[in-house]
Amino acid sequence: MATTKRTVDVQLSTTGMDSRGRPQRVPLVTDEAGNIVPMTAPPAAEPELEGDHMLINIGPQHPATHGVLRLVLELDGETVVRCIPHIGYLHCGFEKIGEYRQYNQIIPWTDREDYLNSPGNNVAFALGAERLFGIEITERCKVLRVIASELSRIISHCVWLGTFCIDIGAFTPFLWIFQQRERVYSMLESWIGARLTTTLTRVGGMGADIPDGFTEDLDNFCRTFPKVLAECDAMLTKNAIWVGRTIGLGAMSADEAVNYGLSGPMLRASGVAYDVRKDFPYLDYETYDFDIAVGQAGDVYDRFLVRMEELRQPIRILEQAPRRLPDGPVNVDDHRVILPPKSKATSDMESMIHHFKQVMEGPRPPIGEAYVAVESPKGEKGYYMVSDGTSKPVRWRIRPPSFVNLAAIPKMVEGHLLSDVIAINASIDIVMGEIDR
Amino acid sequence: MGLSPRPDANVVSIDPQSQESWVTTRLDFLVNWGRANSLWPMPFGTACCAIEFMASAASKFDLARFGMERMSFSPRQADVLICAGRVPFKLAPVIRRIWQQMPQPKWCISMGACASSGGMFDNYAVVQGIDTIIPVDVYVPGCPPRPEALIYGIMMLQKKIMAERMADKSLRNEMEPDPTSQLYIPPRLIDELSEPFGNSVHQTRSGL
Amino acid sequence: MSTPFLPVVAGHAEGAGAMIPVTPRNVPHHGGPENPAAAALRAQFAAAVHRVGVVWGGTTVIVERAQVNAIVRWLRDDPSQRYDYCSDVTAVEFRDMERAIEVVWHLRSLPFRRFLRLKALIPRGEALVVPSIWDIHKGVDWLERECYDMFGIRFEGHPDLRRILMWEQYKEGFPLRKDFPLRGRFSRSEQLRQALAQNPEAKYSMEELSIAEAFEDLPAEMQQRLSTGERVGE
Repeated sequence: MATTKRTVDVQLSTTGMDSRGRPQRVPLVTDEAGNIVPMTAPPAAEPELEGDHMLINIGPQHPATHGVLRLVLELDGETVVRCIPHIGYLHCGFEKIGEYRQYNQIIPWTDREDYLNSPGNNVAFALGAERLFGIEITERCKVLRVIASELSRIISHCVWLGTFCIDIGAFTPFLWIFQQRERVYSMLESWIGARLTTTLTRVGGMGADIPDGFTEDLDNFCRTFPKVLAECDAMLTKNAIWVGRTIGLGAMSADEAVNYGLSGPMLRASGVAYDVRKDFPYLDYETYDFDIAVGQAGDVYDRFLVRMEELRQPIRILEQAPRRLPDGPVNVDDHRVILPPKSKATSDMESMIHHFKQVMEGPRPPIGEAYVAVESPKGEKGYYMVSDGTSKPVRWRIRPPSFVNLAAIPKMVEGHLLSDVIAINASIDIVMGEIDR
Repeated sequence: MGLSPRPDANVVSIDPQSQESWVTTRLDFLVNWGRANSLWPMPFGTACCAIEFMASAASKFDLARFGMERMSFSPRQADVLICAGRVPFKLAPVIRRIWQQMPQPKWCISMGACASSGGMFDNYAVVQGIDTIIPVDVYVPGCPPRPEALIYGIMMLQKKIMAERMADKSLRNEMEPDPTSQLYIPPRLIDELSEPFGNSVHQTRSGL
Repeated sequence: MSTPFLPVVAGHAEGAGAMIPVTPRNVPHHGGPENPAAAALRAQFAAAVHRVGVVWGGTTVIVERAQVNAIVRWLRDDPSQRYDYCSDVTAVEFRDMERAIEVVWHLRSLPFRRFLRLKALIPRGEALVVPSIWDIHKGVDWLERECYDMFGIRFEGHPDLRRILMWEQYKEGFPLRKDFPLRGRFSRSEQLRQALAQNPEAKYSMEELSIAEAFEDLPAEMQQRLSTGERVGE
């Protein structure tokens, strides 16, 4: 007996009404007779039931809250009337401890703050500190940092895809995509020696140059990863269940998204083409050839599409980057910030003094302040550092993209069903380590 | 008849010649063997370690090989609390309540430096080791531990379970900290143990 | 089927002859091109603009504290500025105890691709109060709450200024202030005792408990505590 695969054409959608009379995007599907019909007929209006509102608590320990987020929901039947989020269950005082550490010593903390994107955070912090020190990094270092940032974007979005699928009920893509993630991990491990918490950069350079064979691994990854991605894409993008569970949920218009300070894929899904890499470029991103994905409706499905595209675009950058990788030093030739090589530190008086001063006192930036933002997988990640001329910052501020994105969740879930809250929450791609810091 | 020789304690003996379907073993061994190989972990993932925990559960490292494929997200149906990640003071009452909700027998793995000792977060917000809140069976060092390290910790826990005795009621004794017991750490000692290390809490050389 | 979709492209107001933005190189410590908003602000709010500086390529405008809301609103609504995106709200306290606390707003103009830093100074000894800009940028809701939680700066006009990261009954003070020790004011055992003394199941705020039936579902002991006016926050 032939089985028919039920697929939807997501390009063809019509405007319908949900049960509460609000406009909604409804996908069109081909039914068994070959006719194109709206996917679900609007359900008949439910009779108004007597009853009070109900209070439901989700979290802080709940698998669908991606950590320790807590949501208190006021429900009318199954519909969310109000959502009160509670955060801070993972507040670890990053910003306070940054005031007690030298600039290079802070880099390990940046690993642990948005721990899905450690190499990207290292790069962002190093860029901020270098602005504060007034250092121009070498060309080779720039390209290496681009490779690190884009690999980090891939592993972060891989976790998002895996957990998003689990939240909605699809387990298989999680297993597929985590296998690919392990490949990136082994590349990072060969580069710097750590899987997750990389501490990849230093102020003025990198912790290590790429090892032999790294570019071949990278090429191999760039060749094979799109295939796995295409499998996930084939499994999800036009899957009727997937589309039915994601379309029309948590929509934010372009104006709202800007006003609520959303950034990254959340903002782009709402139809605002703003990417820090394009609009406030760093690391010569303007010379790479890549596109940014923009959604239309700003709903959960559009965020999914935008992030899927953002899994493909880094591959384009990763294909270009090793081709232009110049020879030459990785670290700047400035012993105010970069430790001299160990052999020289033990044989050369001047190098030894530099070594001693750096280890004992730490590099000192001039008085000033710098805010440097990068495009992290979650959005605009900014590091704001204020120096008073000592070796430790007066203030180290993290601008957390998912903190601001999550702040809009009461608006996004209002009027949706309880089960949709999980999908909307998963679509924000939150990392509690970054939100609570 | 006389007494038959006592079978080796940790071996299930089967008489291959016999037509009877019976085995001899020790009850402790049988129960522990069953417990150790079907642990239901409750992942209490808060931070970075939770990501490595997910990696352990995913395709490459596959925790299911150790009888742990059934993640229990409800503490009421779990055997092992795997605390993966840092625990701030705001979360302290939550993890204690989760521990209290788990039925006996239960064990706890403290995954990572932060859960075990506060790790690099020696500041106002973070609990300096979850063993000040709940009892811990296995500490897995690392920041974060690699999946292999977690799996090794789980195997150590299985070893520990295999050595337990059902008759030993003290293993399942749940008491609020009793100032007269040996396990009780008085506040003075907690403060002494958690003294800052080196000059890590000074902002500048002048100590401000 | 539907109207053609046009994304809002950042930089669309710059006009056709605009340059593609490039990575800044050799940014000078002081000086360099000033953000045009600074001159416009001087013209518009002459008395309220105290000082303008360019540090490491970022233009900082120090403005009168009371005027912040009006300035941010003007910056958003004026067609030649259009600072429609508020990146960040934070504060800086210096190690020099005489020096004023600075409240910092990082604004972006997406249509013009510009970045501006606004600052308001709160001299020592004065009440830590600044106007909220929540009515202009909804995104600053949690940022202002965090700033209050960490520094104790009150944002006047914010609808719901509660602690956000620390719990509501946190007794030790405001963690990011310089007089706050890294390990907190209390000893470790006291911190642990206070944290564990909280009842994780009584952690609804008053607002949440007022929702419909919830009150009747509470244990009798909690109902009694609530009726005597005790605050059962987080």
